[in-house]
Amino acid sequence: MTNQGVDLLTINSGEAEQPFCYTVGLEGSKFLTEIRDNKRFVGIKCPKCGKVYVPPRKVCGPCFTEMTEWVPVKDEGYLHSYTILRFAFLDPETGKEKPVPYGYAFIRLDGADTDFQHYVEIKDEKKVKIGARVRAVFEEKRAGKITDVKHFVVID
Amino acid sequence: MAKEKTAIVATGQTHHRSSRLDVNGIELIHEAVTRCLEDGELTIDDIDAVVIGNMDHFEGINYVDTWSIDGSGAFMKPIIKVTTGGTTGSTVGHCGYHLVASGMFDKVLAIGWEKNSESDTTAAITTAFDPIWDRLVFAGAISGLAVEAMAYMVKYGATEKDAARVAVRDRKHATNNPYAQLRKEVSIEDVMNSPMLSDPIKLLDVCPRTDGACAVVFASEQYAEKICDRPAWIHGISAKHPYNYLGDYDWEDRLPSMQMASKELYAKAGIKEPLKEIDVMELYLPYSCAGLSWIEALGLCGPGQAPKLLWDGVTDMGGELPINPSGGVIATNCIGATALLRISEAAVQVMGRGGKRQVPDVNTALASGFGGCFWSDVTLLKSTKPK
Ligand SMILES: [Zn+2]
Repeated sequence: MTNQGVDLLTINSGEAEQPFCYTVGLEGSKFLTEIRDNKRFVGIKCPKCGKVYVPPRKVCGPCFTEMTEWVPVKDEGYLHSYTILRFAFLDPETGKEKPVPYGYAFIRLDGADTDFQHYVEIKDEKKVKIGARVRAVFEEKRAGKITDVKHFVVID
Repeated sequence: MAKEKTAIVATGQTHHRSSRLDVNGIELIHEAVTRCLEDGELTIDDIDAVVIGNMDHFEGINYVDTWSIDGSGAFMKPIIKVTTGGTTGSTVGHCGYHLVASGMFDKVLAIGWEKNSESDTTAAITTAFDPIWDRLVFAGAISGLAVEAMAYMVKYGATEKDAARVAVRDRKHATNNPYAQLRKEVSIEDVMNSPMLSDPIKLLDVCPRTDGACAVVFASEQYAEKICDRPAWIHGISAKHPYNYLGDYDWEDRLPSMQMASKELYAKAGIKEPLKEIDVMELYLPYSCAGLSWIEALGLCGPGQAPKLLWDGVTDMGGELPINPSGGVIATNCIGATALLRISEAAVQVMGRGGKRQVPDVNTALASGFGGCFWSDVTLLKSTKPK
C-alpha cells in the first residue's frame, strides 16, 4: 500500500442515531410479563418433538410446527456453559463501552430443553463452573424487559 | 443433482491488511476481481453473471450489489448479493457453483469482500443476533466461541496449551503466504501469555479484523479446461444452517452442523477415511480451539483426540494432512471474503499455484465455512473431473 504523497482520508458517519423498536411477539411478551408480574419463568412445548423452549417462541424450527402448550419452568437450573467476558467492547445497544468483566451464561432452567442466556454473578469466580446450580435474582422494579432478571447466582 | 460439471478456473485476492486507506470498498473489490481475471487470462466480457457477498451492516452500505458495480464488473450483467454471516463467502461460492452446475451460466464470477476497518466489528456482529434474547450478554464472535471452547475443554480435557498449538501452526503457515495479514510467527508461550479476552480465549487465539477481498471464477465443462490447464473440479458441497438462537446450541457436541455437513459431503464424494483420502484442508477456524473440536467434527479423529493429532504435526506443512497452508483465518479475516478465501485457497492447492504455501501433489482438497449461529458449509474440490 502506498499513499503516493497523498493524505489518505476517512470520513466519520457522525453522531446520528437510529433507534429501533423491536417487536417481542405474543410468546415472548407472555414470557416477559410473567417475569414482570409474577417473577415466574414459562416455556413452550413443541407438540411434535416435545422440546420445551425457553425463551418461548411461536415455531419449533426443526419441526416447522407452531407451539401453543405453555409449560412452567423453574427459576433455578444449571450452567450449561459460560465464559467470563474480560475485553472492553462497544455495546451497540448503548453506544458505550460495556462494563467488564461479566459472566456470560447459558442456563438450562429445570424443565427446559434450551438455554436461557443471561448474566451469572462472578463475585467468586471459583464457584462459576459448568454444571453449577444457579438461581435467578429478580429486580425490585420490573418493566417487562429481559433485565427484569438482574442476574443468576451460583447456589452450590 | 448437478447438470453441469463445474470447476474453479481462476482465483484472485488482495494483499490483506488491517486497514487499506488507499482504496474504498469498491476499489478493494476491483483489485481482487482484476487479479482473478488475470489469473484466468480472462476479460470481464467473458463473465456471464456475478455473485457478491459481505456483511452489509459492517460498512453500513445496504445495496452492495448495485453500489459495487464499478469494482465487480457487473455492469449490465446479472448480479445477486448474498449475506449469511461468517458463512457469507462459502455461500457466495456455493451460489457461483449452483449457477454453473444448474446449466444457467457458463462462467460466473463469485466475490467476497469486507472492509472491517470501517466499523466496530464486535458491535456489528452483535447486531447480527436477536435483539430481545441474544444481545444483552452477547459480545460478538469471541464470546460465543469462548462458551464453546469452555464446554469442549471441560468435557474432553483439552487444554489452553493444546489450543495454542493451532494458533502457532496457522501463524507459521501464514509466513509462506504473501497475501496474509499477520505474517509473524508466534510461540506457544506468546499465545499463553497474551491477554485473556474471554475465558479461555486469549488475544493470540483469535482472528484479526481485515480489509480484503477475494474473487473466484466458476466455469462449466465446456470452458473449464480451455481457461485452466488444471481446474479444481467441484465434487460436492454441503451447507448446514440448523438454528438461529444461540440458546438452542449443543455446546458440548463439537459443532453438530460440521458433523452433518461433512458426513453428507463424504457420502456424496465417496470418501470413507477423510484423513487419508484428502490431501489438504482450508478450514474456517476463527479461533484456536476450533482447530481441535471442529476437526473432530470433520471426522479426522475421534472425540477428544484432536490435541494428539496437532502435537504429532499431522496437520502441519509436511504432515499427513496439512491444514491451512495459507495461514487461515487466524492470520487473515476479511469476514465476507473469509470463507470464499478457503474455497479459493483449496482451488489454488489443486491447481498447483500455491508457490511457497503449495502442498505437493494435491488431488483432493476440502474447504469449510463457519458463521451465523454455529453454521457450517463444506466444499470438496479435486483435480479429476466428476463422473
Ligand atoms: Zn419440535
